[in-house]
Amino acid sequence: MAFISSGYNPDKPMENRISDIGPRHYSEFLPPVIKNNKGKWLWHEIIEPGVLMHKAESGDEVYSVRVGTPRIMSVETLREVLDIADKHCDGYVRWTTRNNIEFMVDNKDKVQPLKDDLVSRKFDGGSFKFPIGGTGAGLTNIVHTQGWIHCHTPATDASGTVKVVMDELFEEFGQMRFPAQLRISMACCLNMCGAVHCSDIAILGYHRKPPAIDHEEVDNLCEIPLAVAACPTAAIRPTKTTITDKKTGEEKSVKTVAIKNERCMFCGNCYTMCPALPLTDAEGDGLVIMAGGKVSNRIDAPKFSKVVVAFIPNETPRWPSLAKCMRQMVDAYVKGAKKYERFGHWAERIGWERFFEATGLEFTHHLIDDFRDPAYFTWRQTTNFKF
Amino acid sequence: MPKHETPLLDQLESGPWPSFVSDLKRQAESRTQKQSEIQYQIPVDVVDDLLGLLELSYVEKEVHWKHGGIVGVFGYGGGVIGRYCDQPEKFPGVAHFHTMRINQPAGKYYNTDFLRQIADLWDFRGSGVTNMHGSTGDIILLGTTTPQLEEIFFELTHNMNQDLGGSGSNLRTPEACLGESRCEWACFDTQELCYQLTMEYQDELHRPAFPYKFKFKFDGCPNGCVASIARSDLSFIGTWRDDIRIDQEAVAAYVGGELKPNGGAHAGKDWGPFDIQKEVIDLCPTKCMWMEGGKLKINDRECTRCMHCLNVMPRALRIGNDRGLSILAGAKAPILDGAQMSSLLVPFMKVEDPYDNIKEVIENIWDWWMEEGKNRERLGETMKRQGFQKLLEVTGIPADPRHVEHPRFTPYIFWKEEEVPGGFERDIADYRSRHPK
Repeated sequence: MAFISSGYNPDKPMENRISDIGPRHYSEFLPPVIKNNKGKWLWHEIIEPGVLMHKAESGDEVYSVRVGTPRIMSVETLREVLDIADKHCDGYVRWTTRNNIEFMVDNKDKVQPLKDDLVSRKFDGGSFKFPIGGTGAGLTNIVHTQGWIHCHTPATDASGTVKVVMDELFEEFGQMRFPAQLRISMACCLNMCGAVHCSDIAILGYHRKPPAIDHEEVDNLCEIPLAVAACPTAAIRPTKTTITDKKTGEEKSVKTVAIKNERCMFCGNCYTMCPALPLTDAEGDGLVIMAGGKVSNRIDAPKFSKVVVAFIPNETPRWPSLAKCMRQMVDAYVKGAKKYERFGHWAERIGWERFFEATGLEFTHHLIDDFRDPAYFTWRQTTNFKF
Repeated sequence: MPKHETPLLDQLESGPWPSFVSDLKRQAESRTQKQSEIQYQIPVDVVDDLLGLLELSYVEKEVHWKHGGIVGVFGYGGGVIGRYCDQPEKFPGVAHFHTMRINQPAGKYYNTDFLRQIADLWDFRGSGVTNMHGSTGDIILLGTTTPQLEEIFFELTHNMNQDLGGSGSNLRTPEACLGESRCEWACFDTQELCYQLTMEYQDELHRPAFPYKFKFKFDGCPNGCVASIARSDLSFIGTWRDDIRIDQEAVAAYVGGELKPNGGAHAGKDWGPFDIQKEVIDLCPTKCMWMEGGKLKINDRECTRCMHCLNVMPRALRIGNDRGLSILAGAKAPILDGAQMSSLLVPFMKVEDPYDNIKEVIENIWDWWMEEGKNRERLGETMKRQGFQKLLEVTGIPADPRHVEHPRFTPYIFWKEEEVPGGFERDIADYRSRHPK
């Protein structure tokens, strides 16, 4: 493995340095039919699940075939995407916000050969490489975070839980028979890189044990005042303790922190500031399920998701309790919701007491909010409830 | 032969949804096969070791990545996230496994030449594993070693005219919906505004000078496909302030069943014949629509532009012509004090080059937040701590009923001294002259 230089000279880092040039301008990458009709689109129609047609004032049409991906993509598979784009789409392709790929063609006759090509491709393990769907009143791809594959704070794996849920609900990805679109999102810890807090259904990794304290390292790795300040519930305070020096066997006093466990809400913010306070724990970690949020302003304002399952353990590798829970929720929604009702609209119309009956999920005391002032406004302050 | 046995991960190869495990195995095999032709600049077995490490997490149900480390490219404070594994002896291929964020083109359109260059570069100098895309929108390159960072940056900037994205306490890579490029509902050119502001604020994007991260997202309409209202410190959402354009013939065609409602979005189930009263007029949140003489009427003054009727009848109803955007501020995920949605700050603004009106709002907010924001405090938290009035004060925007869901509950108004006649300096002797002890 001989080092091959790009031309960068480490002795003179500023020599020929180019910086602050930003991204490429998007106009370099627009397919001709898109470029020619930008700002002049009239209407669109989903002609079948996974295939959109947009009509321009000029009469031009663009057909977009949408396929799901697991977001993680090797360059081998990326090159395959590019080969398909070269073969069918004149060398252009795009991705959606929800990790789908859209292959665009400018003529309806080009749709079927493209679709045939896409669905014919499977991984060695047997799964589809490019399943078509994700449009309209159905299930689209799950947006998600890194999980165990690349993050330092996760309470679960992201790619694995998403794979399991998409396998469970796979037929809905290629259908449009829901009352409205269903947006499932996954974040592997409370930091929520995926901002799942406004999703129809959110899968969230969550820790349940306070951090372990590595007294030997706290003062070496961390700024103790920052670790103290990082705690939103003031559960951390500076202290001193005595440890045994591993090399000399001598006892010595070190600066460290103490944690009031009953105040900890397991957010992991201290660990972000102080690597000597790890939270990951096989028994403690698992999933929270939230539901009923949305980001669209359609019909009513965007909503936050609410916690409907307090904990599901990390049952690797296929999380059967998670899959079962998702199936229960989706089936109840599809059975009970009216046309155009998002998941949260349905839950609010029937009432949360009926929601737990309809889904078969258990309501436990963990689902009653007790975090600060906003909690008060989530309790039922009326005699209007259902028996 | 795979380097590590992965019996648990192997169970994620079955099932119809694309298997990331199969994809990673494909990449691992490809590296082994091509090692005689490609002089891989990081360990050939990097993906094998990634699978091995992940399998260990599946067995132990605990993560094996260490806390970040300070790595990056010279002169930048973002764009690279240091990552080291805590089992480097067992999995030397991923001992260093740093992430690089590549600023994606607005709308995520690509030509294949560009992505082939990315693929070749990342195969050669990295693991070959990517995310298309990260949550904020960047192309994410997962896994390389420290000596490769400058080499990759050099090749990106010199050969591909392409820069890194943001990370850390700086402006994060802005993101836009595809906007006017392929959507009839785009109320402004999201891609162009995203690009122009990304270029304007390159310094803020690359060099952390903020209390914490700061995100811009651009949604072309209130449908909000990039979720700006839920996840960006400043949410730019397209809107219009004149009348919805109505094609009455198309309305009649929807009513008559000749046109598929919802652009075909509900076609997978028989919901019965389209009923404009039930599906559009009754669901209108402001009840500003009605049928009269076979024609659809809209009292546009009462419309709040929720998009429902346009979504249901895209061929009959179109966005107005007097278009622009609303600016909302302060969204964030739950860390620390609970999730926050963005709050409406600017009801309407035109979107025209050079966008000085928009930049003025941004820069006024930054001046305040950089001065007053605490370490690791998002804009929404500063707003919560100092109040919405303060945000109006620093941006010079007059208070407007559109700023509130309803007027305040409490009468605890923090009157300012200059607002009260005579000021706050009291003369106790004068008081006592009227109120003896």
